[in-house]
Amino acid sequence: MLDFISQTHILLALLGGAFIGIASATLFLVNGRIAGICGMAFSLMATTFARNTWRILFLLGLVGGTFIYHWLSGAPAAPAPDTQWWLLAVAGLLVGYGTSLGNGCTSGHGIAGLARLSPRSLVATLSFMAAAIVTVYITRHVIGVNA
Amino acid sequence: MRGFIALLAGAVFGAGLAISDMNNPARVLGFLDLAGNWDPTLMFVMGGALLVALPLFQWALRKQNKPLLAKRFYLPLSVQIDKKLILGAVLFGIGWGLVGYCPGPAIASLAHGYLEVVLFITAMLVGAKFHQWQTRAR
Repeated sequence: MLDFISQTHILLALLGGAFIGIASATLFLVNGRIAGICGMAFSLMATTFARNTWRILFLLGLVGGTFIYHWLSGAPAAPAPDTQWWLLAVAGLLVGYGTSLGNGCTSGHGIAGLARLSPRSLVATLSFMAAAIVTVYITRHVIGVNA
Repeated sequence: MRGFIALLAGAVFGAGLAISDMNNPARVLGFLDLAGNWDPTLMFVMGGALLVALPLFQWALRKQNKPLLAKRFYLPLSVQIDKKLILGAVLFGIGWGLVGYCPGPAIASLAHGYLEVVLFITAMLVGAKFHQWQTRAR
């Protein structure tokens, strides 16, 4: 256990986390908005384009930020998921439906919501973490795929 | 100006996901796999994020009447912990555990131009659209 985790790795995780925290807090402190990424993406489909300028800009920034980091640092791109297409489709449907029904995902509930000390977000975060852990347990250790 | 802040915050968020390797579904699944070769990375990422965000959010909510460039803080309207919240979170968790993508890293990974990511995001939008449509029909 933990054999492939180096100290550098932990520092990068903390640093990347701090970037995420700064981004989430900045959007809230300056624009008064919660950095909930699924909510932003889904709003684009529900309301008019003009009211969504900031959401489009944030999402463009999100893609751009990842692109620029790899371009500047030369770090290799994160690999694509190693799985079947139908599983990607099923997972995508569940993530989309679930985050829309539960009003948030890892960024909205897990970071901004917990930082606000929202009880709703705490319950949501614990629920999706638990569901994901159980899912990985079943797929990897009971069925024996995705390992 | 608010648009610029949104773009900048998005870029810093995207860089953070890339730096911490959260755009890598294998690493996320490694964190969720408690019974396997457990990878604690995600815990440090969330810890790092909350270490910064928690004091700033609390300061904003307690000491500031409004954001720097907007009329008010746009907080979610619902405060109830209900079946919808928990069922939604559980369904999301199952999808997250199947592939290792949550919405942020999936969208950020568009930077790498993978077909898998496009398929996942399309399915995600269809799932959300279905819920929006269901809510409207009721």
